[in-house]
Amino acid sequence: MDVFSDSANIDTYVTGFLWILKLTAAATVGALVLGVALAAFRVSPIPVLRGFGTAWVNIFRNTPLTLIVFFCYFGLYSALGLTLSDDIDRNNYWLGVVGLSVYTAAFVCEAIRSGINTVPAGQSEAARAIGMSFLQTLRIVILPQAGRAVVAPLGSIFIALAKNATIVGTIGLMESSSAMKDLINANGDAVVPIFLVFAGTFAAVLIPTGYLFGWLANRLAVKR
Amino acid sequence: MSSNPDAVLYDHPGPRAKTRNLILTIIFGIALVALLWWVYDKFDEKGQWAGPLWRPFLEGSTWTDYILPGLWSTVKAAAVAMLLSLVFGIIFAVGRLSDHWWVSIPAGVVVEFFRAVPLLLMMFFIFFGVPFLTEQPMPPFWAVVIGLTLYNGSVLAEAFRAGIRAVPRGQSEAAYAIGMRKNQVMREILIPQAARAMLPVIVSQLVVLVKDTALGYIIGYTELLQNGVNTLGANYGNTVAAAIVAAIIYVVLNASLTFFAGVLERRTRRSGRAPRAGRGQPAAAGTVGVSAAVEPQG
Repeated sequence: MDVFSDSANIDTYVTGFLWILKLTAAATVGALVLGVALAAFRVSPIPVLRGFGTAWVNIFRNTPLTLIVFFCYFGLYSALGLTLSDDIDRNNYWLGVVGLSVYTAAFVCEAIRSGINTVPAGQSEAARAIGMSFLQTLRIVILPQAGRAVVAPLGSIFIALAKNATIVGTIGLMESSSAMKDLINANGDAVVPIFLVFAGTFAAVLIPTGYLFGWLANRLAVKR
Repeated sequence: MSSNPDAVLYDHPGPRAKTRNLILTIIFGIALVALLWWVYDKFDEKGQWAGPLWRPFLEGSTWTDYILPGLWSTVKAAAVAMLLSLVFGIIFAVGRLSDHWWVSIPAGVVVEFFRAVPLLLMMFFIFFGVPFLTEQPMPPFWAVVIGLTLYNGSVLAEAFRAGIRAVPRGQSEAAYAIGMRKNQVMREILIPQAARAMLPVIVSQLVVLVKDTALGYIIGYTELLQNGVNTLGANYGNTVAAAIVAAIIYVVLNASLTFFAGVLERRTRRSGRAPRAGRGQPAAAGTVGVSAAVEPQG
């Protein structure tokens, strides 16, 4: 474990995971907002919005995230000149957040839609009977119940998001997988310890998070 | 529980609702057209619609030299990895269900570990790290396939485990009652029934696999993204155009796989013989395995 007694290497490791944390945090918010909006679009009475939601889900769910992140960099930034920040790392970070949010939102949308499926029809019928509009029905009656039903799938979506954040390394952000690659190339004699530390960090954080979401899902489930 | 949520959330529209929906349709329609126009205009401003950028896609050599070989590598890696993941998945699912703790605990640790480690990190280790240990270069193809196998195999192992546990208890009890051994019960009674229920999950996992092969681009495996977008784009200066074409190929390929999974699911459900896998009911039992299988990756 000599590799990690060097403070420069420790620094690489910490910076890598900080980027992953920041990417995950920002993209979780982005994906959740976008995903809920898309789910609302897909169940709305307006055909244009339903079509938009369906197209979004089918396109982004079926495209590799690597290609989306690649496109965010070479398409949005290089070719179309969209600059999100003057600092190069910040710019790559925000491009990555856009890619991750856009991709994950498609999965969030589908999870929430399947959650809406679990809410008995009587709930929205009752809401309509007391005169609620579509948006009110969705916001006050349906989504709170649907949200509780999809805690577990949303949990695995966000865990996958944290792992997917490593892909932003493709466009030059020194997140943990790129950090590990550099450390491995510089320390050929300590390959296994380096891998175990990086992979172990992910496992140590994500496995308990998985159980936490499972526990939350049970607690929050609507008892019917 | 209704099968058609769209019709449940709002009443059949009357005259007023029809007018309102029409107005909203027009407003959102205009907004959508404006958005598309804005994207078109931005592309136009940067000259991305220029003929020379798109003309290569009308030439046969672009397809035979770049796109098709890339697509073939993608399909090859996905197919080999799928076969290996199925084997890995079955072995570790059965291992995790074993009565012997010295089998079930290690199997569980392996599955949980590979599910929690990002695939890209895994591939970097196999591609850059393992050659230091074996003192032999690692072919990118095998780095991609081994990485995909370890990750997707672990996800499938969890799905299979959920499937095996979803087989009604009476099945294995009946099998024990007629004198079958543990091994026989698993092999002849539980796995065949679980496999049928799990077929749609297996096919949707194939979609994840096809998408994940794109990670090979990062370690220099010449698949669709590397060959059909990066190299092609470098030669013709049309990276954006090439990325759009590649995205269309991925979407068509994966959408047909998803459609196929849907057909399989309806067939399994209709025949009524296979146990239900609990899909479409996220809060119901078996969430761990089944929802894990639809995790988005790469």
